[in-house]
Amino acid sequence: MTTVLEAEGLGKRYGRKWALRDCTVQIPSGHVVGLVGPNGAGKSTLLNVAAGLLAPSSGTINVLGGAPASDPKQLARVGYVAQDPPTYSGLSVADHLRLGAHLNPTWDEDMALRRVEQLGLDPRQRAGKLSGGQRAQLALTLAVAKRPEFLILDEPVASLDSLARREFLQILMETVSEDRVSVVLSSHLVADIERVCDYLIILVASRVLLAGDVDELLASHHRLIGPRRDPSSLPESQVVIEASHTDRQTTLLVRSDGPVIDPVWSIEPVSLEDLVLAYMGQGRTNHAAIDVDAKGER
Amino acid sequence: MIEFYLDTKTGVSPYLQIVQQVRRALKLGLLREGDQLPTVKEVVGRVAINPNTVSKAYRELEHEGLVTARAGVGTFVAQTQSDSSIVAQGPLRHDLEKWMTRARGAGLDDESIEALFRDCFRFSSKVGVA
Repeated sequence: MTTVLEAEGLGKRYGRKWALRDCTVQIPSGHVVGLVGPNGAGKSTLLNVAAGLLAPSSGTINVLGGAPASDPKQLARVGYVAQDPPTYSGLSVADHLRLGAHLNPTWDEDMALRRVEQLGLDPRQRAGKLSGGQRAQLALTLAVAKRPEFLILDEPVASLDSLARREFLQILMETVSEDRVSVVLSSHLVADIERVCDYLIILVASRVLLAGDVDELLASHHRLIGPRRDPSSLPESQVVIEASHTDRQTTLLVRSDGPVIDPVWSIEPVSLEDLVLAYMGQGRTNHAAIDVDAKGER
Repeated sequence: MIEFYLDTKTGVSPYLQIVQQVRRALKLGLLREGDQLPTVKEVVGRVAINPNTVSKAYRELEHEGLVTARAGVGTFVAQTQSDSSIVAQGPLRHDLEKWMTRARGAGLDDESIEALFRDCFRFSSKVGVA
């Protein structure tokens, strides 16, 4: 697997609190990677370190073969959009584009103008007067017009209404289909992730609990419903992620690479949202004891 | 031209949904030989879906021989699905409707009918899960 990001034992500490601790993760190239996890899992910290905005306290991180933000060339290859779309409220849309052109050696003026026109933005409008959706689109325009190889988006749509969110994702996907840029996108909106991401990473308390191709993950997880039964009696090829029982019935969420053939089970597919929730729930029970102070403040 | 949609509640992966929508349109005779499928960029811009997912679905359809990709032009339906299957659908549908009426007459509600159908379906196709 070729990667755009590789981190090993990565940590970021604020005083005595670890926002990210001992994180080992690989982000494959050529994909739109969804990064999901509960609040405080370390998603934003990881992305901020990757963008070069934060220096790690421990461990190593490699982005496109170099240290994040190590030199202007490296900076030009990575695009980044922060959680609250970073625009200057006093500057006009045109000012933002001028700023982008001035600061980025690889700036694509044609593309920037085309995007602004496509979005129906008035170049003379001040960013402060734009809607939240338009500001996010402007920030995305700035990030993609520098023609990055790797685009980092930290909760880019969290504050948008569903229409603005859909429009943002449409433009993002068009960009990906034109430019073949690798993307990592953190979000807690799993429905959005399922639409636009083809690779998923679940991060809980700095640890990767699951990483893989979205289609393969959906194909290898099943919900089994049947008469009450001890989950430990399942074949070894079926890994139980989540189990619940009533006095008569057992419901399991299992990972199994082969087909489940036991006729006792009624087998249902699992939605990505249920899958994510099951792993996050599992992560809480398994890691709660060791990672109490790694969760940070909420 | 076919227009795709995405249902994110089903647990069916997005690429498989695209494949199934094309297969269904072929079976119902809505897509015929020579019809063009929307380009990846068109699908992506409309449905807000990952371009790799669409390409993968198109590759799968090509692999099944249902469509052919012409480089630089687009993806086209390779052949109209055998008319016999479309012709057979009429009487089968009629039988199924009669069966539905009988089931309702026997006091089954919608949910019971669906459960029974799905159970029979699963039993007769004899495949666990793919």
